[in-house]
Amino acid sequence: MLRYSVRRLLGAIPTLLILIALAFFMIRVAPGGPFDSEKVLLPEIEANLRAAYHLDEPLYQQFGRYIGGLLHGDFGPSFQYRDYNVTELIMAGFPVSLRLGGLAMILALLVGVTAGSIAALRQNTRTDYTVMSVSMTGISIPNFVMAPILILFFAVYLGWLPAGGLGEGSPRNLILPVIALALPQIAYISRLTRGSMIEVLRSNFIRTAKAQGLPAWKILIRHALKPALLPVVSYLGPATAAIITGSVVIEQIFSLPGLGRFFVQGALNRDYTLVMGVVVFYGVLIILFNLLVDLAYAWLDPKVKYS
Amino acid sequence: MSTAVVPTPGEEPIAGRSLWIDAWRTLRRNRAAVVSAVIIAVMAVLVIIGPFFSSYAYDFTDWGNLSVGPNLETGHIFGTDTLGRDLFVRTLFGGRISLMVGIVATLVSLLIGVSYGATAGYFGGRVDHFMMRLVDILYAMPFMFFVILLMVLFGRNIVLIFVAIGAINWLDMARIVRGQTLTLKHREFVEAAEAQGVSTFAIIRRHIVPNLLGVVAVYVTLTIPQVILVESFLSFLGLGVQEPMTSWGALVKEGAEEMESAAWMLFFPAVFLASTLFCFNFVGDGLRDALDPKDR
Repeated sequence: MLRYSVRRLLGAIPTLLILIALAFFMIRVAPGGPFDSEKVLLPEIEANLRAAYHLDEPLYQQFGRYIGGLLHGDFGPSFQYRDYNVTELIMAGFPVSLRLGGLAMILALLVGVTAGSIAALRQNTRTDYTVMSVSMTGISIPNFVMAPILILFFAVYLGWLPAGGLGEGSPRNLILPVIALALPQIAYISRLTRGSMIEVLRSNFIRTAKAQGLPAWKILIRHALKPALLPVVSYLGPATAAIITGSVVIEQIFSLPGLGRFFVQGALNRDYTLVMGVVVFYGVLIILFNLLVDLAYAWLDPKVKYS
Repeated sequence: MSTAVVPTPGEEPIAGRSLWIDAWRTLRRNRAAVVSAVIIAVMAVLVIIGPFFSSYAYDFTDWGNLSVGPNLETGHIFGTDTLGRDLFVRTLFGGRISLMVGIVATLVSLLIGVSYGATAGYFGGRVDHFMMRLVDILYAMPFMFFVILLMVLFGRNIVLIFVAIGAINWLDMARIVRGQTLTLKHREFVEAAEAQGVSTFAIIRRHIVPNLLGVVAVYVTLTIPQVILVESFLSFLGLGVQEPMTSWGALVKEGAEEMESAAWMLFFPAVFLASTLFCFNFVGDGLRDALDPKDR
C-alpha cells in the first residue's frame, strides 16, 4: 500500500510538469501583457517593470525560475494586487472555497446515497420514479440557473436567508451556496447509487441474509452499502473536479471571496501569475485527491490489490 | 452476434442491422425518450425558423418598451430586456448558438475521440500504452480552467469555443472507443479481413468503426447536453459569445442580474436551457437502455 502510494506520487510528477508547462506557455504565447493599460508607459519604465518581474529573460529561464519558486511554495508576485504575492492570495481564498466545496461534497454524498438507496429498495414503485425524475431534473438544471432561483425565493421573496457575502462567517450565509453547488452532484450520486445498489441487492449473499431473516435496513447498512458504494467512490474524483469548477460560478453569484472568484477576476484582469497559481494549485489538489480515492477504493474492494 | 459475418465491403453485416431494429423497438417503447426526442425536434425547428415569424430583430431596441413583462399586445410575448430587445427572438437566437455549439463541438470531440481510441485499441501494445497514458495525464488537468484561460487569452470567438470545448470532451470518447475496439479486434470478421490482406486503415474504417456506432451514438447524445452546459457556463461568466449575439447561458446571466425587477428575463431562457438538457439526457438514457446488450 505504502509502496503503491509512493509510486503513484512519483508517477504524478510528469503529469504535474505538463500541467505547469501547459499553463505557463499558453499564457506567454498569448498576445497582450500584464502591463497593457489605458495609459501608455514610458519605454524605460516598462523596461524596468519587465526587468523587476524577470520578464526580460528568455522563456526557458523564466520557466525554470517559476518551477524553482513552486518548489519553495512560492507562486510569484501578483500583477494586479501589487502588495500581495499569489501564495498569500491563494491562502486567503482557499479556506472559503474549501468550506464551500467540502460542505457541498458531504451534503451531496449524504443525500445522494440515501436517496439512491431508497429508490433501489423500492425499485419500480412511485418512490423510485419520483427520486429518479427529481434527480434527472437536478442533472439538467445547471447550478448557475439554480443559484439565482434559490436567491430569488429564499432571499428576495421569503427573506429567510442572506443573498450573498460571507457575513462574518455565519453558517447561514453558506446554506444557499452549498445547496446550489451540491444539487447536481446529489442527482448524479443518487443515480449511481441506485444502479449499483439494485445490482448488489440481486446478489447471492444478500439473498442469504434475507433468508436468515435479517430486517431490510440491517441488510442494507451492514451488507449491501459497502459494495454498492464502489462506483460512487470512483466518481469522487470527477465529482471533486466538478465541485471545484462549479464553485467558480457559485462564488461569483454569491460574492464569496474564494479561489474561484480570484481566478475569474484574475483572468479578466490578465493577472497571469494569479491565474496560473490557481490552476497549478487546483491541479495538484485534484491529482492528490485522485490518489486518495484510489486508495479508498482498494480498502473498500477486497478484489483490488495494489502492490 | 457471434455467427460469422461476411466482411464484404459496402454491405452491412446482417447481425448489425437487427441490433438496430431491436434497439429501435426498445426505444419506441420508452415513452419518456420518445417525447424528449420530439421536444428536441420541435425546439430545433423553433430556433431555426421561429425568428422569421417575429416582427422584431434580435438586436432591435424598442424604446417604448424597455424591460416590460410578457405582453401579447405589443408582440413581445416573452417581454423585453433592459435594452428593450425582444426576449422571444433573443431566446431563439440564443438557442441557435447553444444548439450549434452543442452539435459542432460534439462532432469535434467525436472525430478526435473515435480516431484516437480506435487507433490505440486496434494497434494495442506499446502504441496503446503510450496513447492511453497521455489520456490519463490529460484527464488529471483542470480543463475548465484551461478553457477559461484560452477564452481570456485569445479573445472570445466562436470557432475557439467549438475547438476548446470539443478538445476537452474527447477523452471519455477515446477511452470508451478503445475499450470497445479491443474486444472487436479479436472477432472472426476482423481476422477474416486480415487474412484477406485488407489494409489496417481499411479494417479500422470498414469493420471497427461501424461496429462502434452503437456505443458512440449513446455517447454523442449524452455529450451534446454536456457541451451546451459548458458553453452556457462560459457565457455566464461573460466569456462566451459576444453582444449583441447571445446564447442561453448569456441570457440566463442577464436574467439573473435583473431577476428582482424582471423575473421573466431569467425564467424563459432558463426553461429553454433546462428543458433541452433534460430531453437530451432522457434520449441518451433511453438509447443506452435500448443498445445495451446486457438487457437482452
